[in-house]
Amino acid sequence: MNIITLGYIDLIIAALLVAVLALVSIFLQLNLGTKIVIAAVRTTIQLLLIGFVLKILFENSQISWVLLLSLVMLLIAGYEIMARQTHRFKGGWAYGIGSLSMFISSFTITLFSLIVIVQPDPWYQPQYAIPLLGMLLGNTMTGISLGINHLTQTTVQIQNTIEAKLLLGQSWKQAISDTQKHSVRVGLIPMINAMAAAGIVSIPGMMTGQILSGTAPIEAVKYQILIMFLISAGTGFGTLAAVYMSAQHLFDKRHRLRTDRLQYPNK
Amino acid sequence: MLYLKNILVTKKSLLEAVSFVLAKDECICLSGPSGSGKTLLLRAISDLDEHEGNVYLEEKECRQYTAPNWRKQVGLLTAENYWWHDRIGSHFHDESDTQLIANLSQLGLDKSILTADVNHCSTGEKQRLALLRLLQNNPKVLLLDEPTSSMDPDSVRRVEKFLTEFRHQHQTSILWISHDPQQIKRIADKHLQIQNGKLIEGPVA
Repeated sequence: MNIITLGYIDLIIAALLVAVLALVSIFLQLNLGTKIVIAAVRTTIQLLLIGFVLKILFENSQISWVLLLSLVMLLIAGYEIMARQTHRFKGGWAYGIGSLSMFISSFTITLFSLIVIVQPDPWYQPQYAIPLLGMLLGNTMTGISLGINHLTQTTVQIQNTIEAKLLLGQSWKQAISDTQKHSVRVGLIPMINAMAAAGIVSIPGMMTGQILSGTAPIEAVKYQILIMFLISAGTGFGTLAAVYMSAQHLFDKRHRLRTDRLQYPNK
Repeated sequence: MLYLKNILVTKKSLLEAVSFVLAKDECICLSGPSGSGKTLLLRAISDLDEHEGNVYLEEKECRQYTAPNWRKQVGLLTAENYWWHDRIGSHFHDESDTQLIANLSQLGLDKSILTADVNHCSTGEKQRLALLRLLQNNPKVLLLDEPTSSMDPDSVRRVEKFLTEFRHQHQTSILWISHDPQQIKRIADKHLQIQNGKLIEGPVA
């Protein structure tokens, strides 16, 4: 099968569609016009950049470079999680909890899948390691940030009820338990929905990419199933870790609710 | 008995460090202008906020108890009450407890209120129910933040009578925030007033 390579003209035609969308939203006063343009420019630059980085990386696949790029990706993902919080923790905690959960959800799962399942030679072969890690980071980030955000926002909303429970002699774990469970569910539901809809409503991006580049559909499907399971496990464990760490940090040793550890927006 | 030693509420409170003793079976009323730090003082005693100084219950310092155990023994009834289940009864360990049913009727409430929806109860009813919810822990000390503020005069008297009998029977110590001189006269052994950031002894009768 031949791969049809895209020319720059093809990309410009697609970009025109986005430009029209931006114009329409300016016309409708949606306050999205510039945002769309900035996001489109960011996408272009970021993807071109990673394209070049991958090109260089593939040409000399040294473990140190793979690890360095992985680390940079992880730290940016940790930052993204922090930036998406309405009430984020003060100090380094917002960043710390985000990055540590991303480490659990993406790093360990990628490592596991490389060593145990895919087994490329060497195990850190960037052609496998970087896309896998990228898929995991991108997808688990959503679940983790939704989970933490739900936990902190709900806690701020119902702090009086949580304190009422503490005053009746409940431990912090008992007092936050319902909110905690609900936050984990909020983080996991998009991923469960994605698994349920995969192949029927949507043809997932990775599989589409592989098919477009000439891989046999069944091979592409196998990779897609693998990645879906990895993302599920990653999102699940990452969200659990993030929500539990956040919940613990909302209380001190004397089981006091510490909403003062959170930042309030516009303050 | 409860002993407060140099309690200083740290949240920018205007109230100076306070020390006093609340004996067994004693009821001290606490009064003072709004914003003078009464509620914050009660929160500090129940260890719900960070504070300076020490509180001792029966010679043992607060930090020698686990926080949940401390709050079970030193029970705080907040001015507003909060409920998390739909039904009132779900907030009680044992809805068929004979003591609970007897207490309900002493407070002028029918036991059917346990099956009621929280949103269908009046503020005054919920205040009395929140008191009974707190008493389930058999606290040795009760910290009451205006516990009768939303009640009709009849219910106020019932609660006062109930609590006075309760403390004599269980040797409970009560620290009761009240703004009503008449109520203070009826229930208090001692009256502490906050004036200009200082805690001073006020008139009981």
